[in-house]
Amino acid sequence: MASQGSQVTRHVLDNGLTVLLKDVHTAPVISWWVLYRVGSRNEQTGQTGISHWVEHMMFKGTEQFPAGVLDKLIDREGGVWNAQTSFDYTAYFETMPASRIDLALQAEADRMQNALFDPAEVESERTVIISERQGSENSPTFWLHEETRAAAFRVHPYHHQVIGDMVDLHTMTRDDLYTHYRTYYAPNNAIAVAVGDFDTAEMLARIEELYGSIPPGPEVPPVSRTEPLQQGERTVRVEREGNASYIYVAYRAPEATHQDWFKLSLVDSVLAGASAPGGNAIGNKTSRLYKALVETELATSVGAGMYPSIDPYLFSIMITLRDGRAPEDVQAALDAEIARLVEGSITEAELDKAKKQARALFAYGTESVTGQAFWLAFSENFTSYTWYEDYLEHLEAVTLDDVREAASRYFRRSQRTVGWFIPVAAHEQGGEG
Amino acid sequence: MNKHLNALPGPDDITRRELSNGIVVLVRENHNAQSVVITGALNAGSLFDPPDSVGLASFVASALMRGTKNRDFATIHELLEGNGASLVTSGGMHTIGFSGKSLGEDLPLLIDLLADVLRQPAFPDAQVERLRGEIITSLKIREQDTRYMAARTFRALAYPPDHPYSRQISGTVDTVARITRDQLVDFHREHVGPRGMLVIIVGAVDTDEAIALVEDKLGGWQNPAQPDPPALPELAPTDDVRRQTVIMPGKSQSDIVLGVPGPSRFAEDWQAASLANNILGLFGMFGRIGTEVREKRGLAYYSYSRLNGGLGPSPWQVIAGVDPASIEQAVSTILDEIRRITTELVGEQELADNKANITGRVPLQLETNEGVAGTILAMERYQLGLDYLHRYAGLVNAVTAEDILAAAQRYLSADAYTLAVAGPDLSAAT
Repeated sequence: MASQGSQVTRHVLDNGLTVLLKDVHTAPVISWWVLYRVGSRNEQTGQTGISHWVEHMMFKGTEQFPAGVLDKLIDREGGVWNAQTSFDYTAYFETMPASRIDLALQAEADRMQNALFDPAEVESERTVIISERQGSENSPTFWLHEETRAAAFRVHPYHHQVIGDMVDLHTMTRDDLYTHYRTYYAPNNAIAVAVGDFDTAEMLARIEELYGSIPPGPEVPPVSRTEPLQQGERTVRVEREGNASYIYVAYRAPEATHQDWFKLSLVDSVLAGASAPGGNAIGNKTSRLYKALVETELATSVGAGMYPSIDPYLFSIMITLRDGRAPEDVQAALDAEIARLVEGSITEAELDKAKKQARALFAYGTESVTGQAFWLAFSENFTSYTWYEDYLEHLEAVTLDDVREAASRYFRRSQRTVGWFIPVAAHEQGGEG
Repeated sequence: MNKHLNALPGPDDITRRELSNGIVVLVRENHNAQSVVITGALNAGSLFDPPDSVGLASFVASALMRGTKNRDFATIHELLEGNGASLVTSGGMHTIGFSGKSLGEDLPLLIDLLADVLRQPAFPDAQVERLRGEIITSLKIREQDTRYMAARTFRALAYPPDHPYSRQISGTVDTVARITRDQLVDFHREHVGPRGMLVIIVGAVDTDEAIALVEDKLGGWQNPAQPDPPALPELAPTDDVRRQTVIMPGKSQSDIVLGVPGPSRFAEDWQAASLANNILGLFGMFGRIGTEVREKRGLAYYSYSRLNGGLGPSPWQVIAGVDPASIEQAVSTILDEIRRITTELVGEQELADNKANITGRVPLQLETNEGVAGTILAMERYQLGLDYLHRYAGLVNAVTAEDILAAAQRYLSADAYTLAVAGPDLSAAT
């Protein structure tokens, strides 16, 4: 049977850098990730989108590797690199042929402390990021998600998009960005992960050598804006040009470390199709919502999901309405299906199927070193890498009573936000031209 | 030390078997994975679409998974999803493609289902109508997508109207609305068959068992009606500037597609053109175009070039998403780079970097079963030989700066190209 490599080893350097190593020798490649514990969750009003912008600036050069140099060096070695900013983290990675990994280790050590934030580059990147947001704005569902999430979170910073509000993208300064970088980019606020074809002792020694002397930073500011209890259902209508309608329903869901998280993950599989970390999606044509909404020809697609987050987030359901269908009818059909769920209708067979699907998807997810390294870093950020390693065991422990009870507790109308995207003709739309 | 199974796939570990009905099966074992992937194609693409029924082949491809004479829709998908498996059929320009994935032990299920949906689809009335509504909704959604509209407009301008490449594989709202169930049934009977079909299997399987499974389920399939793929009409090189703008109210960003019909994967100068494209719009942060449009001028979040290749003269394009106020500046910057690559020899260092890039990235491309399967499919489809990956570095390194200039000159020009733009109406801006 498959050998998935050794167990993960965890190390903390004297400067506070957390290092996770897993040697996997199935292919001559290594993936190297450095994740900083900062994302849109840490942002203040007026500086929304700053974490993502800082991520862009990390590609704009240091003294050692001026802008553009690493793009070429990494490509020349046959590697890939990229970064991503989310609610709770900003992460950078390189996946390289194993013999070339040292370049990646050097690059991340360098930009942990030496990014330049050249003022001219900041201004050039401002228009790139505005363009990135404009590209998202071209999609009707971007507006629906942005407005619905803003309604769901009145206080907690999860209310704004990672890309940030346009007004902030126009007004933030180079000093704002640099301060953010200096506040959050330090070894004691970072998690480094290597997965792939290496010797663990040698890898750890090299990491010590490159990262051990980087001074720790001060403790980062806490995130204290807890979302207050929701006082009843919230509804949002987005009216813009388009020719399809969408419904986005978001129920309050717990943080990833909550005991209910795995229960709801299985509810998600029953409701809208299989899910598991890193697994390529399979179809959801046997799920409850597909049968209730797509087979009845009310919708053309439906999906749902949870996001493992540090603070309580959302269980999201997204529906694309079939051409010509009224949102009222689709909403009513969804609500009837949710009512059935809350009544305790999940069966043992549905639960077993969800667990079996998760086992397959989880196995698929372990076939790429890049995916594994991401999930180790990601889960270490909100609790511990063992959250990912023990994922299937957590699922196995969930009983039928657990999922029924969790479904009835979380899928309450008073604890949801409902967003409708209603297409309108151009002249009906207010605001911009 | 460990033996890497991802040492380059080649003649010693890929098994190729031709069945008597013309199906070619290629298998490579990888027991480091728990999964198996199956991928391949049949010669029944939208090349065969009648002009008034564009989208027919694609409709057929999607409808295959909606029920067979042996299994209804629910049964097919319960078998797949209940086992954490997937199988998808989709229409392309030249072929109907398929791809599936499961745990290794479920390969018999995947092959059984694949054979069933290809050989005995039922096209149930209710399913056909449901699917039609889904396709029409998705086409309407795409008509609100600036990237899609720019790409669609580009094809209609860059290729003559009688060329299949001028059309959309998925058809239009109008054509899909008119396609009948009888047309689906007829298309399947007359075009879908085993001759020229490719089946690639990679993963946690035994080669002999995998081939025996394919032989068992698909070896007896015959379709005497199956035609040869039609020849593509002659295509004259673009010799003028063709430009069209699609106004899309309410959009924030404009999409640009600028390019020409490019070389097929069989072209003599494919490797040279591929290197030219890498230099123009891929290497580093999206090549010279990414450097000039995004990095230096901040005009776009994405700007890159793409050489599609394939079985015919697919587009060679530069694609960018830009602020509507910056369209002209972006276009002129892109044209400057096209002018440069069609008039100047690539420098020694830049050429070496790009060669190192496209040869060096092979191990990453081969990390997963999907990556290996896609590579083997290309090796067979384009008749590259099973030793292609072993020869690959030599082929790339043999290309000279002169070869690259000649290939760029043959296809690209700053004075003859098609430009499609889709985005908001600037004159209406407040």
